[in-house]
Amino acid sequence: MSTVETDLAGVVEDAAAHLYVWALKDIPQDLRDALADARLRETSIPGKRVLETIHKNVNIADRDNNLVCQDTGIAVYTCRVGEHFPLHPTRIYESLRNGTARATIDHPLRSNAVHTITRENTGPNIGYRLPIVHWEFIEDWDGLDVKCVPKGSGSENMSFLKMCVPADGVNGVKKFVLESIVGAGGKPCPPGIVGVGIGGTADFAMYLAKEAITRPVGTRNSDPLVAQLEDELYGLLNETGIGPMGLGGDVTVLQCHIEHADTHMTLNPVAVNYQCWAARRASAHISSNGETDFDREF
Amino acid sequence: MANHTVTFPITDPNEILKLRAGDEVTVQGHIIGIRDRTQIRIFDQGVEPPMNLAGAFLLHTAPGVRKLESGKYEKVCIGTTTSARMVRFTEPLGRQYGVRAICGKGGFPDAAIAPMTELGMVYFAIVGGAAALETTQIEEIEDVMWEELMPECLWKFRVKDFGPLTVGIDAHGNSLYHDVQTRAKAKLEELFARL
Repeated sequence: MSTVETDLAGVVEDAAAHLYVWALKDIPQDLRDALADARLRETSIPGKRVLETIHKNVNIADRDNNLVCQDTGIAVYTCRVGEHFPLHPTRIYESLRNGTARATIDHPLRSNAVHTITRENTGPNIGYRLPIVHWEFIEDWDGLDVKCVPKGSGSENMSFLKMCVPADGVNGVKKFVLESIVGAGGKPCPPGIVGVGIGGTADFAMYLAKEAITRPVGTRNSDPLVAQLEDELYGLLNETGIGPMGLGGDVTVLQCHIEHADTHMTLNPVAVNYQCWAARRASAHISSNGETDFDREF
Repeated sequence: MANHTVTFPITDPNEILKLRAGDEVTVQGHIIGIRDRTQIRIFDQGVEPPMNLAGAFLLHTAPGVRKLESGKYEKVCIGTTTSARMVRFTEPLGRQYGVRAICGKGGFPDAAIAPMTELGMVYFAIVGGAAALETTQIEEIEDVMWEELMPECLWKFRVKDFGPLTVGIDAHGNSLYHDVQTRAKAKLEELFARL
């Protein structure tokens, strides 16, 4: 690697190490606002107790500089790479991996990564194909955006896929999302963000559902038809009465985000990926000369 | 919905029988951390747990810790995991070892109701994800067994004002989870009719 590449590899590694810990400790303002709003809306006694405890917990994490939740998750990164960014994605991945491991060892963070058959630990939150990175390539740009979303297992275990048929229509999609969230009950730590992926193929629908949970809370899909479906599902989900931590109440979800892709004429896939109330997310913009702006949210 | 303070381990079964689904509970004394691999070892591999579980309060956890030079463990961040994966251990925990309370997040399915009624056990709902708060309520990690299962060992914690917990399933056949699911499924029919 050239000197420029070496320096940038170090910058990306530093950014990853910082983003992972930052995300775990300091939840974003849009999420804090959504939780505060939920606290005002909730009327059930157990539901209010849960939301008060969440509020207290977030404040204690701030005060004690501690993690919001003990589940340090699987480190998932979203990278938007400009076509003129000087570091190749191969090296960006290596830096993200090194940064994840360094943060895990230095803090220390609980290491969750295991071999999927032997269940033996594979390292400091790294392993074969871990961490996971979503890539997007941007033409005519020389920057890099990195977002870290540590994904807890309680909510990830509540992931659902259905290959609806075209005759099921949009109502089939709505029913599947509603049934999934009722079936999940308190397990994914509600109230969280329901990520929905529609269209594409089976695997891509789930990929889109994961993209959906990484968006700032309450943002809307740029396609007005999809945005309308987000509004409708958000309302319907909060009528189910599952409530905070599944103990019953008015607030079952903080938001419903949908990402979509065009699909085959005979396909109608719908995927649900849940993000818990502790929807941790931190991001950075890295310019081609190695300057890092940690305040940038995307 | 009443408020209670209960000190564990308990010796008087009435401490459990007085609790009703929906009540708020604060816990004092000692609690034991346990998780998937710990219970797989006890029940599927037949290894006797090297800790007395009579009258115990079990917490579904895999804590974040730091090992000190003395060999003791210091807390970093201790929170609670999803209980439903471990529901099949409820009955043998109560019958063979005298466990009286299981605490986790997300609830137990209906399979836990019958053994909890028969054996006088309760399920306590904690707020999942609220680990920063939970960590402040754990005063000390007093003992760790089966360190090779790290972090899914058997942990003994001394706690102070642990909670607030909600009685999710009581020893009288009531489950908030069952009630919420029953109402939600009826509601779904109504919502589907509106689509």
